[in-house]
Amino acid sequence: MTESVRVLADIPEEELLSPGMYSCPGCMASLAMRHVLKCMGPNTIIALTTGCWAVIDGPFPYTSVKVPLLHGAFGTAASMARGLRAALDIQDQEDVQVLAWGGDGATFDIGMTALSAAAAYNEDVVYVCYDNEAYMNTGGQQSTATLPGTKTTTTTEPGLVGMRKKNIVEIMAAHGIPLAASASIGYLPDLRRKIELARSLKGFKFIHVHTPCPTGWRLPPDQGVHIARLAVKSRVHPLYHVLDGEKYVIDFDPEPVPAKDYFELQRQRFVPLSEEDLAWIQQDVDRRWQTLLARSQPA
Amino acid sequence: MGSRQRIIMNGNSAAAFGAMLSRVQVTAAYPISPQTGIVEALADMVASGQLKAKFIMSESEHSVMASLIAASEAGARVFTATSSQGLALMHELLHWAAGARLPVVMVNVNRAMSAPWTMYCDQSDIVAQRDTGWLHVYCEQNQELLDAIIQGFKVAEQVLLPVMINMDGFYNSYTTEPIDIYDLDDVDRYLPPYDPPVKLDPQEPHTLHGGTGPHLFTEMRYQAWQAMEHALEVAREADEEFGRIFGPRYGLTEAYRCEDADLVLVSSGSLVGTLREVIDGYRARGERVGLLKIRYLRPFPVQEVRQALAPAQQIVVIDRNVSVGMGGVFWQEVRSALFGSEVGDKPVLGFIAGLGGRDVTPESIDEIIQMARSNPPQDVPIWVELKV
Repeated sequence: MTESVRVLADIPEEELLSPGMYSCPGCMASLAMRHVLKCMGPNTIIALTTGCWAVIDGPFPYTSVKVPLLHGAFGTAASMARGLRAALDIQDQEDVQVLAWGGDGATFDIGMTALSAAAAYNEDVVYVCYDNEAYMNTGGQQSTATLPGTKTTTTTEPGLVGMRKKNIVEIMAAHGIPLAASASIGYLPDLRRKIELARSLKGFKFIHVHTPCPTGWRLPPDQGVHIARLAVKSRVHPLYHVLDGEKYVIDFDPEPVPAKDYFELQRQRFVPLSEEDLAWIQQDVDRRWQTLLARSQPA
Repeated sequence: MGSRQRIIMNGNSAAAFGAMLSRVQVTAAYPISPQTGIVEALADMVASGQLKAKFIMSESEHSVMASLIAASEAGARVFTATSSQGLALMHELLHWAAGARLPVVMVNVNRAMSAPWTMYCDQSDIVAQRDTGWLHVYCEQNQELLDAIIQGFKVAEQVLLPVMINMDGFYNSYTTEPIDIYDLDDVDRYLPPYDPPVKLDPQEPHTLHGGTGPHLFTEMRYQAWQAMEHALEVAREADEEFGRIFGPRYGLTEAYRCEDADLVLVSSGSLVGTLREVIDGYRARGERVGLLKIRYLRPFPVQEVRQALAPAQQIVVIDRNVSVGMGGVFWQEVRSALFGSEVGDKPVLGFIAGLGGRDVTPESIDEIIQMARSNPPQDVPIWVELKV
């Protein structure tokens, strides 16, 4: 078998997501759910907080997932997951897995304290954050996952030099949880490996999946995967994971492309970036990569 | 009546025993005075194995209710307790629990809402949550509180609506009384295990509470309305059955010496205990004064209130809360219940007393009765013992 055939053959056949869901054309968040569910398997309950996915699933009485799904209030994915875990355990259903699912607004912003608590108490659940770098469900308002220089619908002064996207994986790794990982919709085998790893570990597992949003980022619908891969190759969104808050593993070390290539391909999403702005962005990307490299070296 | 153990304890401990006797399976908690004793006692019960339950230590009240909603959806019997600011922080999820038709039972230890910063008793915390779709029960004393928790699950699990049980902060929470702790087997007979009509289960997958459009939302609210109306009957039956097994019967309201009363005082919570004493004194002097205790604010027992107030010439509602710009909430409720009815044509006075933990003493009640007899205005609330 060639490498690409083998990769395809590794994808679990069972589909736990139905066609006909309410996503936009080219939705990367839907693709993320499809593959995460394939790896989680049918013995899973989803705690879903408000965001694009509350719409994507479909209006009552329709649904697009084939596992139990609980819609909940904004920012409550982690808290609901704790409640599900407790209820399942007390009813001797420890084998049922809990998947908390939230976007960047629900995770980086409104659900941050609940997420931190669930991690600190090391609840035995998998939390997946699909990150489209703004409140896309409400039309693209700024979140703390928004990249500097992005023109959102609520941007008054685009933050540039000195501004950073919140580093969610580092925050979660600092809780010392069994697994904190970044992933990308552009690298599905890596995402699947991380879900499999998460399933094999007891305790709180956090996976941050970069899911470019063609609608919100004003891209053609077929460009999501391409842009996602460019984010990884430019090291704007490096792929790595952290075990127990200590052991750093870089999962993909590509020949880097300049961050400028990533930003300039998406001029429609960003304010005009000066050379100084781009230099700051590149410097920040490099600094972060060096930090990752240093941490992933054996002591 | 079944066997029991009589133990001296305060209201907070009684609440924890109520939850334990109800065999709650999941509790989530966040500390706030004067509720802390409840969750501390529950934590002790879980740690010692006296209560087989999961105890989730949450980082906020918002998360407490989110966790309990999910646990209830997965089929567990759930309980928590809060107070004041914590209740307010839960507000969004209170609507969610009711809309999701979940039999969550929660004790609220009544405490005034800040600002200014305060931790003392009034009921402005709970009346602000009146329209969240929960059943609201107000308790006079601590045995009633314990009993209301057991009854609360019995009612909630039949009508599929959440139940909020109120006790006054400090007056109940930290007052020590002899409390009957019933035999667990007797409680089991009264309150069978929770068997939800639908729950989150991978063997039979459901998606719950997805986006709902205008074509169905009104009907869902109407179903909640019907369930709340049905709750009047279910609550009466639950109270009757409880009385048969355990002794106490409370009713949705209690009319005390109202039959031939010229003047009826209406109130709720711990203040009712003071009012009983005062009324006995007036009656001993031959004055025809009565008392209507309101236990259920939701569903509001309109017919019972009309019936109890039918003989009265004058009605005095004492509120330990104020809706600024209109008056006390119980006053508004009573006026609404009487308006347009055959007993509606009589003065209903509204008094505001006991805010922020100020004691409402027998002397305060004397002053209220004196003022009521002096033909005061009926269309504005009267503030008791004002110092300004």
